[in-house]
Amino acid sequence: MAHPLTLITFIPLIGMILILAAPAGLVRWYKWIAVASAAAQLVIAAWLYTNFNTGTVAMQFTERYSWIGAYHIYYFMGVDGISISMVLLTALICFIAVFSSFSIDRAEKGYYALLMLLDTGMMGVFVALDFFLFYIFWEVMLLPMYFLIGIWGGPRREYAAIKFFLYTLLGSVLILLAMLALYYYGAVPTFDMTQLAAHSSSYTIGFQRIVWIALFIGFAIKIPAFPFHTWLPDAHVEAPTAISVILAGVLLKMGTYGILRVNFAILPAATHELAWLLLGLIGTINIVYGAMCAMAQKDFKKLVAYSSISHMGYVMLGLASFTAAGINGAVLQMFNHGTITAMLFLLVGVIYDRTHHREIDGFGGLAQSMPIYAGITGFAFFAALGLPGLSAFISEVLVLIGAWQLHPIMTTLGAATAILTAGYLLWCFQRIYLGPLNEKYAALPDLSAREIFMLLPLAAIVIMLGVYPHAILVLLNTSLVHLNQGVLAVATGPALPLH
Amino acid sequence: MEHPVTTDLVRWIVLLPLLGAAINFLFGATLQKRFGKRVISFLGCGAVLAAFAIALYTLFAMLALAPDRRFMLDDLWRWFDVGGLKLDIAFWLDPLSIVMVLIITGVGGLIHIYSTDYMHDDASYWRFFGWLNLFTFAMLVLVLGDNLWLMFVGWEGVGLCSFALIGFWYTDLVNTNAGNKAFIVNRIGDLAFVVAIYALFAGLGAVGHPTLVIREVARYAPALAGARGYLGLPMVTFVTLMLFLGATGKSAQIPLHVWLPDAMAGPTPVSALIHAATMVTAGVYMVARLNFLYSMAPATMLVVATVGALTAFLAATVGVTQTDIKRVLAYSTISQLGYMFVGVGVGAYAAGVFHLMTHAFFKACLFLGAGSVIHALGGEQDMRKMGALRHKMPLTFVTFFAATLAICGVPPFAGFMSKDEIIWRAYAHGHFVIWALLWAGAGVTAFYMFRQVYMTFFGDFRGTPEQDHHVHEAPSAMAFVLVALAILSTVGGFAMLPGFIAPFAPFERFLDPVFNSDATRQVFASGLHDRSLETLFAGLSLLAVAAGWLLADLTYRQGVLSAARMSEFAGGVFYRLSFGKYRIDEFYRAAFLAPYLKLANAAAWFDGHIIDGVVNFAASMTVVGAWLAGLFDSYIVDGLVNFTSKATLAAGGRLRRLQTGSINGYLYGILAAVMVILLVRAIARV
Amino acid sequence: MVNGLTLNDFLILGLAVFLLGVYCVLTRRNAIGILMGIELILNAANINYIAFSFFGGGGANYDGQVFAIFVIMLAAAEAVIGLAIILAIYQNLRTIDVGAAETLSG
Repeated sequence: MAHPLTLITFIPLIGMILILAAPAGLVRWYKWIAVASAAAQLVIAAWLYTNFNTGTVAMQFTERYSWIGAYHIYYFMGVDGISISMVLLTALICFIAVFSSFSIDRAEKGYYALLMLLDTGMMGVFVALDFFLFYIFWEVMLLPMYFLIGIWGGPRREYAAIKFFLYTLLGSVLILLAMLALYYYGAVPTFDMTQLAAHSSSYTIGFQRIVWIALFIGFAIKIPAFPFHTWLPDAHVEAPTAISVILAGVLLKMGTYGILRVNFAILPAATHELAWLLLGLIGTINIVYGAMCAMAQKDFKKLVAYSSISHMGYVMLGLASFTAAGINGAVLQMFNHGTITAMLFLLVGVIYDRTHHREIDGFGGLAQSMPIYAGITGFAFFAALGLPGLSAFISEVLVLIGAWQLHPIMTTLGAATAILTAGYLLWCFQRIYLGPLNEKYAALPDLSAREIFMLLPLAAIVIMLGVYPHAILVLLNTSLVHLNQGVLAVATGPALPLH
Repeated sequence: MEHPVTTDLVRWIVLLPLLGAAINFLFGATLQKRFGKRVISFLGCGAVLAAFAIALYTLFAMLALAPDRRFMLDDLWRWFDVGGLKLDIAFWLDPLSIVMVLIITGVGGLIHIYSTDYMHDDASYWRFFGWLNLFTFAMLVLVLGDNLWLMFVGWEGVGLCSFALIGFWYTDLVNTNAGNKAFIVNRIGDLAFVVAIYALFAGLGAVGHPTLVIREVARYAPALAGARGYLGLPMVTFVTLMLFLGATGKSAQIPLHVWLPDAMAGPTPVSALIHAATMVTAGVYMVARLNFLYSMAPATMLVVATVGALTAFLAATVGVTQTDIKRVLAYSTISQLGYMFVGVGVGAYAAGVFHLMTHAFFKACLFLGAGSVIHALGGEQDMRKMGALRHKMPLTFVTFFAATLAICGVPPFAGFMSKDEIIWRAYAHGHFVIWALLWAGAGVTAFYMFRQVYMTFFGDFRGTPEQDHHVHEAPSAMAFVLVALAILSTVGGFAMLPGFIAPFAPFERFLDPVFNSDATRQVFASGLHDRSLETLFAGLSLLAVAAGWLLADLTYRQGVLSAARMSEFAGGVFYRLSFGKYRIDEFYRAAFLAPYLKLANAAAWFDGHIIDGVVNFAASMTVVGAWLAGLFDSYIVDGLVNFTSKATLAAGGRLRRLQTGSINGYLYGILAAVMVILLVRAIARV
Repeated sequence: MVNGLTLNDFLILGLAVFLLGVYCVLTRRNAIGILMGIELILNAANINYIAFSFFGGGGANYDGQVFAIFVIMLAAAEAVIGLAIILAIYQNLRTIDVGAAETLSG
């Protein structure tokens, strides 16, 4: 296959053009064009997975053409072990999100067109290797998201959309400044991330610190890391289900992906110095604080949103560990969180579609009227709380076992949060699905075939990666170990442990 | 041990119950609707009994091997290989795990059969068997996992099944609350368990052997001697202590025992299988499995034995005053688990495991007998409303009585052989206080058990006439299981006779290859080996049992002593302490749960008001700033522009009057202007 | 000197013709009359040009005479356009009284 990365990135854009060109009102056309684009993407992603060489740290499937010669800007794409896992995740989540979008019932043309544009933006972020190109995709993704929340969202959609937009725009500005600084102060003026990484030693440590922090804030907003996280619950609560799925499933991963791709690779010395504090400590705060906030939520979707914040904390903690186990666990956790949270948001959407509210205390005993739904939700909840044998367990264990050596106290806090997580999820499950049946909802229909079709692949992946995590880890390990060694190699002294 | 026999048979022991569970969960509802409950019974029981058959086959295969070569490995696939941590999905069968496997599939299989009658009227029959099969699977993973993480998969897996089965009748929130409590309390223990694993991995990594495969840990454990751990403890002590804390959760020991009494909310077969015979013994199994580590940490051993003894005694004293038939048995289970921990805590690993096995027999029998009573009385669990049932339920009575004799330690029933060995070994290893607690506990056990027997089966019937009319003997499947377990409770003890009776202990010999690390042998050798003293102590134990039995007999059968009067003793302080279970639940609620809920709400408030407040404040400040800038723009900047245009307009309005259209007028103007210019020039020249 | 006439004499003649022209333009309301007045003003300027050309600059300078020819050409063009405008005014207003053409009055 020629130019697989260009194809996988721009197929949705073609889909968008086709949707825009399609006659008005033919909603079925838009749906199936979107499905076809996403399916094509999934096929290419599968092809990439099977053809990926796990033995090398070099970028693969690269495409490199001069774009704006005067400023050394290239159209440069390629994937390594880190990004291929994210490409897989994006293709999968987008495919499911398209099906989940079938319940959208107004202005469908614009919706599907924007969804496709969003898809292109996300995929582009993960395959771009030129910082400039990366930044463009980063921004491309922002705009459709704003409209998708702001037009098709819930009652406070405008507030949420603007909050999301401004927050991420602030982050983008910092990333832009950092990008320009790297360009102008580097040994060679280039936006090529592999080149920047190769010349990382030419930046002074003081410069690295400033740029690192600017980039970190930019990416941390996306993760979202405490205290930049408050846009997330609002955005999730207001966004339509499919957009929540994409938001939690893919968008949040861009923050940690950016940290790996830029902070770790290009600024290793600053990474080594600052990671324990800004990634480790803030990650731990995320874990504990997110779980505590989730406990107190009354809105089902908000609870899931806070659980997302909590689970993304493990990614940060894993990155801060500087061990192969921790960093592999972190990226695996990115993938697992993507699949599990997607399930959770789909499940919230199921009940919202039927009852048009999400008050946890407003249900009760739904397991009697919707047994399949309750069963799958139970499965997803236990996956989310890290039940051994399911995927999240593996990644959390790897994160914590890696982090233990450097940060035993933070690791213990992270592990202890498993108790809190069990607390809020089981309590929530009890209030919604167990106990006496709320008569108002006695006649709710159980899951439709479409809903089961969306949930089953995710559930299968969750089980599969629980018993055979090797399928993803084999992609990651080579690249991550190389990256980690890069960080450790520049260390002039021992890291700053917290104990 | 260097060359374990590789096999691909062991996997089927584990996978058959999983297969049963999968079929039940995915197709059970349909199968039950279309073909009836018999298909589900066949599937559910068949999977476990087939596993039992394979386990028996492997037992004989193992017995055919030389004792020091009795290790089998069934390696399925590489689980993960990251950062030096290489783990496989692999099952490790040795004498210890085959004992556990036989208990799980054997006693478990019996309980499956019992359930076909007991749960027969339940609409979610398939779901029950699905969870029961899944539990069997998870428990088998726990005992067969060849590395600590796989063990932990089973460890939490059984917790999940326990959660689901406690809350099996989920329409009642009491049941689901009990399930949540069980899961969350277990997770507290699990935290310690995982911390132990992290520390162990880090510790072994530091000495150059990063591994979590149990047989490799056993090989490299001696290298950890003297290694520094955390909290100022040596590494081995820290790891074993944390693991034991994990065990207190799963095996319901102080301080994490609070979930087990509540867990009785589940159907009775569940209580028998999970909360008596198998899952709760996982902690004991774990200590026995890792005996090579525990034996290296005398401080931990002391903690294990002390906690075990305290639990054994205190739980027994709570059992004395409970009135719910299952709750008495629950506290009895906690107490008996305490005995097992003392056994493994003083280095008598084989005795601990032996008690685990006999306890599985007689406690399952007791629970199932209680279940038979509850079944006969239409769900009644309060012993104050029972009585005289021995006439109408003779078989249940006989089996229950046999199991009672076993648990009390009346020779020659199974409990005597196992429990007395533990009590003696506690003394033999120099722990007098622990011995005293166990000895007293044995007396209390006899008292509450016979109290239960008398309240349930003797005296007059105190329930409703309707219940009296409906009381019936256990149906055939239940009866069969009760008899089988009663026989096991009676003769099961002969696998390991106390040393002073006869030097016959094939069970201990069979387990020897597992308990043969240097440290373990050292611990074992350090105890007293005095036959005559052992005989004397056995006599003392029997004395305590007799006293307890006699007291119960006088109080609850003959009515010579008044229970009400006894409860008034010392102003009722002891009665209230015991009846209120030492108020530990209330203490936890007030000390941990309530503050945590407050903290969580505070965090949410902080998030919504402070952090988001800062964000919103920044946003509104921006808006105010924009408004001010707007004012400036429209009044100052735009004002200037507007002023210019307005001034021009006004001037034009005035000046246009000069535009008369009259050419003559313009020329006059020009002329006048020329005149003025000339005049000015003339003046200027002057 | 030409026949005893000096530069001053010509200038006085020019001034007289100019003033006559100005007076004509100022007082006439008839558009044709005004046009004739302008013609006088232009011719007054021509007299001055030729006089300066003849008397000033040492005889070989014909700049003034060239300008006078320009002015005559200009006057012809002006007369054409002026008469055309007057004709248009007459067609619209049926009069050539400039006082009547006051639509541009402010």
